[in-house]
Amino acid sequence: MNGIHDLGGMDNFGIINREENEPVFHDDWERQIFALTIAAFPAGYCNVDEMRRTTECIEPAVYLRAKYYQKWLLTLESIVLEKNILTQEELDSGRSIRTEGGNLLPAVPDEMIQYAMSNPVSARVEKEIEAKFQTGDKILAKNLNPLHHTRIPRFIRGKRGEIIQDHGVFLLADTNAHGGQDKPQHVYSVKFTARELWGEEAAAKDTVCIDLHDDYMEHLPN
Amino acid sequence: MSKSSHRDPLSDTQLRVKALESVLLEKGVVKQETLDAIIDNYENKVGPHIGASVVAKAWTDPDFKSRLLENASDTLAEMGLSGIEGTHVEVKENTAELHNMVVCTLCSCYPWTLLGLPPTWYKSTPYRARAVRDPRGILAEFGVKMSENVEVRVWDSNAEIRYLVLPIRPAGSEGLGEDELAELVTRDSMIGTAVVEMN
Repeated sequence: MNGIHDLGGMDNFGIINREENEPVFHDDWERQIFALTIAAFPAGYCNVDEMRRTTECIEPAVYLRAKYYQKWLLTLESIVLEKNILTQEELDSGRSIRTEGGNLLPAVPDEMIQYAMSNPVSARVEKEIEAKFQTGDKILAKNLNPLHHTRIPRFIRGKRGEIIQDHGVFLLADTNAHGGQDKPQHVYSVKFTARELWGEEAAAKDTVCIDLHDDYMEHLPN
Repeated sequence: MSKSSHRDPLSDTQLRVKALESVLLEKGVVKQETLDAIIDNYENKVGPHIGASVVAKAWTDPDFKSRLLENASDTLAEMGLSGIEGTHVEVKENTAELHNMVVCTLCSCYPWTLLGLPPTWYKSTPYRARAVRDPRGILAEFGVKMSENVEVRVWDSNAEIRYLVLPIRPAGSEGLGEDELAELVTRDSMIGTAVVEMN
């Protein structure tokens, strides 16, 4: 989706405000929405790509106006309704009203959450799948403009780059975000020159590296 | 019509978070002790001091450094440094010819296990928008003048790999031990928007 979240290369958002000795959270509600999101995740209600897809669907003007954790709140509210975990009345009242039906899973045991905060929780898929590209290959980032979730940002579409590393096999965010078919494939670090991306005025030596799935690229003659 | 259709989507934030928490607790979808453990971990346990100790170790132990650059995920996992937003990690070394800098243009991906949760500026629209287009302008704003002879390489962590910058060890730090070195290493130097300097 060509949404407001896809910010790379845009201008005029103003200065980057830095806060000296910034606390991890600024308010209790930030702590709460962060913890609720992390705790609800592993129960199996949704995956990280579905969360990202939901955040990206926030109306653009609201997305830009929202504080960071307000986007988390909007996202989790949408997810609990979409997944039929809670009803709107329950969100409005803060009380459990629906006693039958609804998609409720038991809380994830404490130990599992503790484990996931300090042990590998792999997004990698342990499948032998052939890599379409090798290190050193020249590629073209496809000009994809899907209406669904994707992790190929606009600023590299149609640009030429070079494969510099193969990270192994991962799920494809595009389908994983929509509960769709499993399309595990290789993900690579791909290097683009700043001039390829931004034109001749960009610094001659500078580069941008980004991680791309097999489906996002096609071969160019070396 | 439900009242939700009329309200500003950003109104009543505290009340709505409280409501969501109350009903999820009441239904047993989450447990209070789990929420407390999560907050405690990210507020009190993980943070840039972890990344700083990794950097200091890499500066003083060449074998560790080469394993870290070759396979950071396994090397860090052996040290108990892994988990959510930090299972697949790459460490990128700054040199006299190459300066690395990290962003997530699409959301806010960040190596939580090594740096804790990201600062607000890292998640802000101006940083996400500008980092890939004008990294030198950002570096200048952050007080780092980068020579034209140095390649500035921006890593957009748009997939499931998280990036940590291994900054250059500052001149004059030769006599310092690992703990003293770790004290010098700032969060921003591991994002790549700062360099490490002697105090």
